[in-house]
Amino acid sequence: MKFAILVNEGPYQHQAADSAYQFTRAALERGHEIYRVFFYHDGVNNGTRLATPPQDDRHITTLWSELADEHGLDLVVCVAAAQRRGVVDEDEMKRNGKDANNIAPGFRISGLGQLIEAGIQADRTMVFGD
Amino acid sequence: MNEESGKVKRFLYINRRAPYGSIYALESLEVVLIGAAFEQDVSVMFLDDGVYQLKKGQDTTGIGMKNFSPTYKALGDYDINKIYVEKESLEERGLTTDDLLNLTWEDEDDDYEEKPSIRVLSRTDLTDVLENQDVILNF
Repeated sequence: MKFAILVNEGPYQHQAADSAYQFTRAALERGHEIYRVFFYHDGVNNGTRLATPPQDDRHITTLWSELADEHGLDLVVCVAAAQRRGVVDEDEMKRNGKDANNIAPGFRISGLGQLIEAGIQADRTMVFGD
Repeated sequence: MNEESGKVKRFLYINRRAPYGSIYALESLEVVLIGAAFEQDVSVMFLDDGVYQLKKGQDTTGIGMKNFSPTYKALGDYDINKIYVEKESLEERGLTTDDLLNLTWEDEDDDYEEKPSIRVLSRTDLTDVLENQDVILNF
């Protein structure tokens, strides 16, 4: 089956971010396809590489990056939600005159149309939120 | 993009939270408006505190936030005219349809007559709406 995943909560504050990751990994292990993972609301905070959780805790962003690297996942951070919350890639940095960027490896920033398109293309859309 | 794939799916956006206090309502409306460009079969549902999103006479001057409620009136212009409101959620909050924004759409097939978009349904009847969807996004 082809899944689209929507992550609506940030890392650590809500288990939704962990559940989305675990579901995605389990689906891939069972041979399903993940069409796209879309990060919205505070979910965009899953895509910053600057987080430093305690060493004995899971690093949610790194887990996503590794999974994306391993399976060629499309991890998309919503541009409008990211602008509000300061999640920035190189293009956004230049476009908005910022002095830094913080997007994690394997993530890209794009528009809400990517969420709708994923909903159209996938067999099932799974929403992970509060 | 749906022109390429030719797919039309039934999208339902469910709104369950008050318009202010969290950003879910505002960012949900942004998804609905962007999604309208994809020419899918769209419904929007308001449950629980989400019914406050459609309350008329919203005034946000005291909280320093933008009152985005006028934007709901644009939904009809995007051919989004299936707006479901849960009857019990209104009653539990002492609200009636008179307290809600007057949301309308123009029916091209009926000499552009202006028709109401809001449909108040019971909890039981809304389950039928839910069952008939392809994609449900819950905010």
